[in-house]
Amino acid sequence: MSEPALRVEGLHKSFGRLEVLRGIDLAVADHEVVCLIGASGSGKSTLLRCIDLLEPLDAGRVMVEGTEISAVGVRVDEVRRRIGIVFQAFNLFPHMRVLDNVTLAPRKVLRVRAPEAERRALELLERFGLADKAREFPDRLSGGQQQRVAIVRALAMQPQLMLLDEITSALDPELVAEVLNVIRELAAAGMTMVIATHEMGFARDIANRVCFLDGGRILEEGPPAQLFGAPREERTRQFLQRIVEAGRL
Amino acid sequence: MSGDLAQGVPPPGDPLRGDRSSRLLGGGSGRSALRTNLIALGSAAVVFGALGLVIVNAPNWPAVQQAFFDGQVLADSLPELAQAFVVNIQLFLIAELLILPLALVVAVLRLLPGPAFFPARLFAVVYADLFRAVPGILVIALLGFGMPALGIPGIPSDPFVWGVIALVLLYSAYVSEVYRAGIQSVHPSQEAAARSLGLSRLQALRYVVIPQAVRRVIPPLLNDFIGLQKDTALVSVIGVVEVFRQAQIDEAATFNFTPYVGAALIFVVITVPLARFTDWLVARDRRRQLATAT
Repeated sequence: MSEPALRVEGLHKSFGRLEVLRGIDLAVADHEVVCLIGASGSGKSTLLRCIDLLEPLDAGRVMVEGTEISAVGVRVDEVRRRIGIVFQAFNLFPHMRVLDNVTLAPRKVLRVRAPEAERRALELLERFGLADKAREFPDRLSGGQQQRVAIVRALAMQPQLMLLDEITSALDPELVAEVLNVIRELAAAGMTMVIATHEMGFARDIANRVCFLDGGRILEEGPPAQLFGAPREERTRQFLQRIVEAGRL
Repeated sequence: MSGDLAQGVPPPGDPLRGDRSSRLLGGGSGRSALRTNLIALGSAAVVFGALGLVIVNAPNWPAVQQAFFDGQVLADSLPELAQAFVVNIQLFLIAELLILPLALVVAVLRLLPGPAFFPARLFAVVYADLFRAVPGILVIALLGFGMPALGIPGIPSDPFVWGVIALVLLYSAYVSEVYRAGIQSVHPSQEAAARSLGLSRLQALRYVVIPQAVRRVIPPLLNDFIGLQKDTALVSVIGVVEVFRQAQIDEAATFNFTPYVGAALIFVVITVPLARFTDWLVARDRRRQLATAT
């Protein structure tokens, strides 16, 4: 049995006196897609940010391909090259054209020469139907297009693992599908992903495993059919009940 | 000129947008605007005309006119003044080119995180506080007279050089604060996005944060440079013959104060366009923000 792509052990994180993560254990195999669901404030985003070391951990370990990346003295910049993250608010660089958004990190971090970086970026943009937007500035794009560019920007670093943090929550409803289709394509291509989402239908569709977060812990996890169809925990049932009432499942 | 000021006006029927734009004359567009603008100009003519009448009819006006507004003296001194003003322009341009990068370094030092960089932050804070606290004329005098007096071999004694150094030290303190405000106005999520791609802290600053920050602070930067342009005259205290010193020399030769008025006119001619340009930039940015906010 080889090492899992990602292993999180005993992860704790507080902001001031607010304990957001209270002992998270999670292992993600290569090519596995794990969806994190749970109410706002349950710790989904914080977990993803901790995995990418964007937040310092209070306790616990994060391991990627068997290497502990949360250890003291690890060069975090090198770790982050191997992990792609996409944020709810896109966070494109507004002063750069789409193409430069995508090529910045390959050029400056991986030292890929500009023509080569641009060729690869255009390939990726083409693949996700964005080739004609390469010379535009982000504010000329729709939300769905911006989020797809953000995904391409992360993919340009050829990450081993993608973290998606509620990437459709800031989008108009009619733009959600185009972004989710990109993720489906990535899953089909075998990308290992951890996805925090409120799109339950999408999670049921795409996930190999769904984790329900409640109060900073993974309260329940399992295959989507089991977790959505026959949840074991009362809290999970209540959460799903509210989602159904809101017409989101 | 007045037409330019009256325009830059939003479409009619949009009172929320129109209210706070900087229309000097106060009119909109269309016929009612013409009327408003005529009233504005008429009222200005009455006010300033009355003020002028009061001054011209003052008991000592003929003497003042002779001492400050002598057309012949002005015509005689203007060529010399203009020539001396070249020195001001040199002071200004050289200082500005040095201030832009130096102030950025100070601003970045002040924003470095972590205990290891405490000395850097301390230096930046003390520097900015000190040079904003001491009046410019004192800094110029202390450096211009003090440093050459030390007699250290290799230290320049040219007052022009010390004038530039003093202006650079003074204005870098202000400009570093402008940069700092700009850097802090860039949302932290931008740095997080850059870091998440594997960029180092300095790379994130250089390629993502600072370019956005500088664009935002161009208007306040220009404001500081308007101040710098005028403060080049302070360098006269250490013996640089720039336009103010030249005016003093002319005044001493003619026993007439008109050369000072001439020097002032030259500053006005140079500075007002820069001020207008800055206002235009601010207005343009504001319009853009409104356009993206909708």
